[in-house]
Amino acid sequence: MSERARIAALHLAVIALLFAAQFVLPAYHHGIVSRVMVLAVFAIGYNLVFGYAGMLSLGHAMFFAAGMYGAGLPVYHGGWGIGPAFLFGIACGAVLAAGIGLLALRTSGVAFMIVTMMFGQVAYLLALWFGDWTRGEEGLTIAQDLRVVGPLDLTDPTTRYFVALALFSAALLASLALVRSRFGRTLVAIRENEERTRMLGYDTFRTKLAALTVSGALCAAAGAAYALLFGYMGAGFANVPYSILPLLWVLVGGAATVIGPFVGTLAMFYLTDLSNDLLNRNFPDWDISALGIVGLALVLLILFFPKGVMGTVRARWLPWLP
Amino acid sequence: MAALAGTSNAPLLSTRGLSRSFGGLKAVDGVDFDLPAGEIRAVIGPNGAGKTTFVSLVSGRIAPTAGRIVFDGTDVTRLPAHRRVGLGIAYTFQITSIYAALSVADNVALAAQRSAGGAALKRAVDEALTRVGLRDRASELAGNLAYGHQRLLEVAMGLALKPRLLILDEPTQGLSDAEIDGFVQLVREIAKGATVMLIEHNMAVVMALADRITVMDQGRVIAEGAPDAIRADPAVQAAYLGAPQEAASHG
Ligand SMILES: Nc1ncnc2c1ncn2[C@@H]1O[C@H](COP(=O)(O)OP(=O)(O)OP(=O)(O)O)[C@@H](O)[C@H]1O
Ligand SMILES: [Mg+2]
Repeated sequence: MSERARIAALHLAVIALLFAAQFVLPAYHHGIVSRVMVLAVFAIGYNLVFGYAGMLSLGHAMFFAAGMYGAGLPVYHGGWGIGPAFLFGIACGAVLAAGIGLLALRTSGVAFMIVTMMFGQVAYLLALWFGDWTRGEEGLTIAQDLRVVGPLDLTDPTTRYFVALALFSAALLASLALVRSRFGRTLVAIRENEERTRMLGYDTFRTKLAALTVSGALCAAAGAAYALLFGYMGAGFANVPYSILPLLWVLVGGAATVIGPFVGTLAMFYLTDLSNDLLNRNFPDWDISALGIVGLALVLLILFFPKGVMGTVRARWLPWLP
Repeated sequence: MAALAGTSNAPLLSTRGLSRSFGGLKAVDGVDFDLPAGEIRAVIGPNGAGKTTFVSLVSGRIAPTAGRIVFDGTDVTRLPAHRRVGLGIAYTFQITSIYAALSVADNVALAAQRSAGGAALKRAVDEALTRVGLRDRASELAGNLAYGHQRLLEVAMGLALKPRLLILDEPTQGLSDAEIDGFVQLVREIAKGATVMLIEHNMAVVMALADRITVMDQGRVIAEGAPDAIRADPAVQAAYLGAPQEAASHG
């Protein structure tokens, strides 16, 4: 099998596996996997900027939230249809990312982390400020009868699963095509040596801006889908934890691998779930939050497992893994 | 390389009053410089003379504090570096700057893929690597190459850009004597299709290759001329050749 065919087969197999899982998963896990697929799209978007282009953003929650509110608010307040609302949510994320990029990409390294974090905080505070529309942390629930597109009832678990799978598959294959294109190779070149890349004739600023915009659109698609599929939007999704989580998911799964974001999201979802249960059962009055586990996982990862799952698989066994 | 013909009076590159300061230090100080197409020009001078800074201004890697740069009739002073590469100015770094984590072939492909794709890209990579003699190592990680070979990879990346002006900043640093002989041959080859600006401390290489020599000291051009005239110039001897231990310690 040629390398190209091997790569295509591997990624299509992941999609096929998820398709088959729908028919065998018990209800509880069925729900989790739906959620994980949507959030994995968030991680895929983050991976493009962090993994491939090497820019550590600490404000990506704002793009997820832009999609969430961009899609959810028009449905809730304006009675928009699901389709246009979804597209509008994506557009909000892309435009926001391009705007932020024009400013934040004047910096790099630690300054970029701080600038994106500040913008992220501004977005969170705006979500609170417009509490009349968003109801802040408490959030809004989108009524069941609004979440219907034609014959599709997004509140039905099976429909939800397949819509999530469709979105995830599109994002996965798009990111696969992107990172294997000239554009993707240029992103890696920028990550490895930006000065050299500039002196090879690449407009590195524009390339990074394009990457951030695509990333913003993907993260917003995840946010929009989350609001429309699960019927809830709240300012919590714009807050710091949701900027850290995609970083964690990507690190666990393997930065700069196409499947890594999904693997990491899935692993962390079950890990927090399990450890939450365990901790609550054994230390009922300690009130340990999932956030503590996230922090601990991050530290352990960076110390002992810097390549993540798929990064390690690539280093050990499959050097051709994109 | 259409510009090579019939432009003998209009230089390919010229600078006027080109200056760059770092804080109070005038690293490049009012340089007027003309380079006709097709020439091999060596730029020499003691450590810290401003040679790297000067060619960095020409390539757009850093911005000047004053002065003008004209390349092939176009004022490029305000043009960003990547646009200058598009016009045909290629710079190879004095401090080796390669993609250590990528393969040798991928390094060159990044340089060549601006103008070629698919099979043509593969051919362009092959050709550039063959010219510098690194074709056998195409699949090795660039970071694993010996230092001298990394220098040659730099040159291959410059070649893959298909430049009209190739700027080589101390390319022979770290090469063995045998490799230096090969390198002199290579530059002669390159010069058939491009104008070459060569910063070099190894005087044997300079004398073997240069049509003309520009001597810099403390940010200024202190002499310019044919190799023999430069060798005899007392100001040059005082600034540079008169301090052979310095030149030797570098080469
Ligand atoms: N980025 C910088 N910031 C501050 N000073 C600099 C910078 N780059 C160069 N300089 C200073 O400018 C002067 C000229 O440096 P440059 O590197 O151009 O010299 P050079 O002729 O290339 O020397 P060498 O032969 O050692 O490579 C030196 O005094 C150097 O310390
Ligand atoms: Mg220098």
